[in-house]
Amino acid sequence: MSKTMEPDLKSPLGGEAARTEWKHPSDHWLRGFVLDNRAALGTLVVFIVMMAAFLIANPTVFTTWYLYRSVLTTLPVALFVVVPLVFVVTCGEIDLSFPATMGFASWVFALVVQAGYDPFLGIAAAVLTGTLLGFLVGSLVVYGGLSSLIATLGMNFLLRGLIQIINEGKSTALTGLSDSWAYAIFSSQVWGFPVQIFWAFAFVVLSAMLYNRHRFGAQVRVVGDNPDSAQQMGIDVKRVRVKVFVFVGIGAAIAGTFSVMINFTWWPTAGDGYLLPVLASVFVGGTPTWGGIGTVAGGAIGAVTVSFIQTGVVAAGLSGFYVQFFNGLIIILSLLGHKWNQARYR
Amino acid sequence: MAERIIELRDISKSYGQVYALGGVNLSVDRGEVVGLIGDNGAGKSTLIKILSGVVKPTSGEILVRGKPVTGWSAARSRDAGIETVFQDRALAVQQTIVRNIFMGRELTGFMGFLRVNKEIEEASRLMREIGFTSKVFTPHSIVGQLSGGERQGVAIARAIYKQAELIILDEPTTALSLTETAKVFHFVRQVRASGRSILFIGHNIHHVFDIADRFVVMDRGKVALTADRTEVKSAEDLINFMEDVAHPGGLPGLHGAADAGRAAR
Repeated sequence: MSKTMEPDLKSPLGGEAARTEWKHPSDHWLRGFVLDNRAALGTLVVFIVMMAAFLIANPTVFTTWYLYRSVLTTLPVALFVVVPLVFVVTCGEIDLSFPATMGFASWVFALVVQAGYDPFLGIAAAVLTGTLLGFLVGSLVVYGGLSSLIATLGMNFLLRGLIQIINEGKSTALTGLSDSWAYAIFSSQVWGFPVQIFWAFAFVVLSAMLYNRHRFGAQVRVVGDNPDSAQQMGIDVKRVRVKVFVFVGIGAAIAGTFSVMINFTWWPTAGDGYLLPVLASVFVGGTPTWGGIGTVAGGAIGAVTVSFIQTGVVAAGLSGFYVQFFNGLIIILSLLGHKWNQARYR
Repeated sequence: MAERIIELRDISKSYGQVYALGGVNLSVDRGEVVGLIGDNGAGKSTLIKILSGVVKPTSGEILVRGKPVTGWSAARSRDAGIETVFQDRALAVQQTIVRNIFMGRELTGFMGFLRVNKEIEEASRLMREIGFTSKVFTPHSIVGQLSGGERQGVAIARAIYKQAELIILDEPTTALSLTETAKVFHFVRQVRASGRSILFIGHNIHHVFDIADRFVVMDRGKVALTADRTEVKSAEDLINFMEDVAHPGGLPGLHGAADAGRAAR
């Protein structure tokens, strides 16, 4: 019996075991990049085709900067929830409670600012609220053993109801906000760009690294893929699941705060309108519903696509009645594209 | 004489009135492939569960490297270097080979970020160690694209990464084609060559006969036969012996074969 690694030249796997390097066609960097990011690239193609169609339909409107600036102002709000939702869906769960979390956290922000404290303190309080709500929702689903689809839907109604009961439908105007440092940093303009988009971009990049290159992302994917196996290998599956809900809570808190800063006003309905567009963005982006895999970059591109549909349809000269139809069309076409683009392994 | 990785002495396990195991003796030496054969209900699964510490024996003694161990548990089993590769293989099939090997024990550096290159390096080393190399996949390949035998390779590589000294393969070749079985055998031989031990459990006596250095035949909770490779001439010997154990003196035409089996004992 030899203790050394004698190369077995008769490997039944077809390769010479003695080879010292792994090489095969997909090792070429471009091919590898395309294969690794096929879902995100597919989403990008959908976006480009859609924008090309809009541009052809109405070249004058689609070459004006104003159109893009208005989208770039509201898009970041969606991005801050789309990205954490990619993690949740990859983990094999869903979170429908984020609109209420957005409303709740931004309410806390509004209260702190209205009471005369610095908006930075308000942001910290909002993020803390989002974290706690995320933990609450996550614990309910994971430790309560509930279906995340129904439980988070319930939590959305519950939290929104709480906001409505206390505020009785009244909004809060934040007049002093525009003079603050926080506003200058998080909600002003830089070289004609709304500054939010830079923050959102940084958030997307950081999250993509977290997803692809961090232990957290790796464990989220494994848990979504095969929870039994993950458990067997010593991963605390429940803890990972709670963490993704906490992540959504944090994202929703930032998103809610940003939306309040755009309007200088907090409404009791803050965040409500984001439920369906955000969910659509995740799946248009190429994250499949079955868990285990997903794409943060794709989700972000999906959010851009969905944001441009409404603006685009109206700007292209069609009446507002077409918006929903095009929303649906893009979703269905994207799903068909992804279905063809990615195989599900069992 | 090679080091004795683990030894079970007179292990019994009963569930209430029902005896699953009645006084089993089993040992595995370093660098040895032990084939465990037995019909359904012979007690193979209970024995695996006892080895992996999931089930505690009712009575008997467990020795790790010659020393008796008290309070046998899953943690003790892991400390002893025993890893079970289960039938369902427990792999995350949409992830890469690397992610499966390092599942739950990722190599991380700065702030919990993965040390990607280090992982690839380590995975390549492990895969080469068991002869798990090919022109058509790399450590980056998705496990779902691999064949059944190759997936066993991923599971074995993972067990080795977990510092396994004894790998228990629970029916690794069931439901595999001939070529796939050959791949698994290739991994098993490489693992043996690296000085580790394997307990190979199988239904298919031909498979076990082809790969094992020693055979342990179980029947109704007892070890019916322990034989070295040199003592058994062919797989048919083993089959005949098992039939004889199952139907003692019952079926006509088997007596000669049964004698051969006893001679082996």
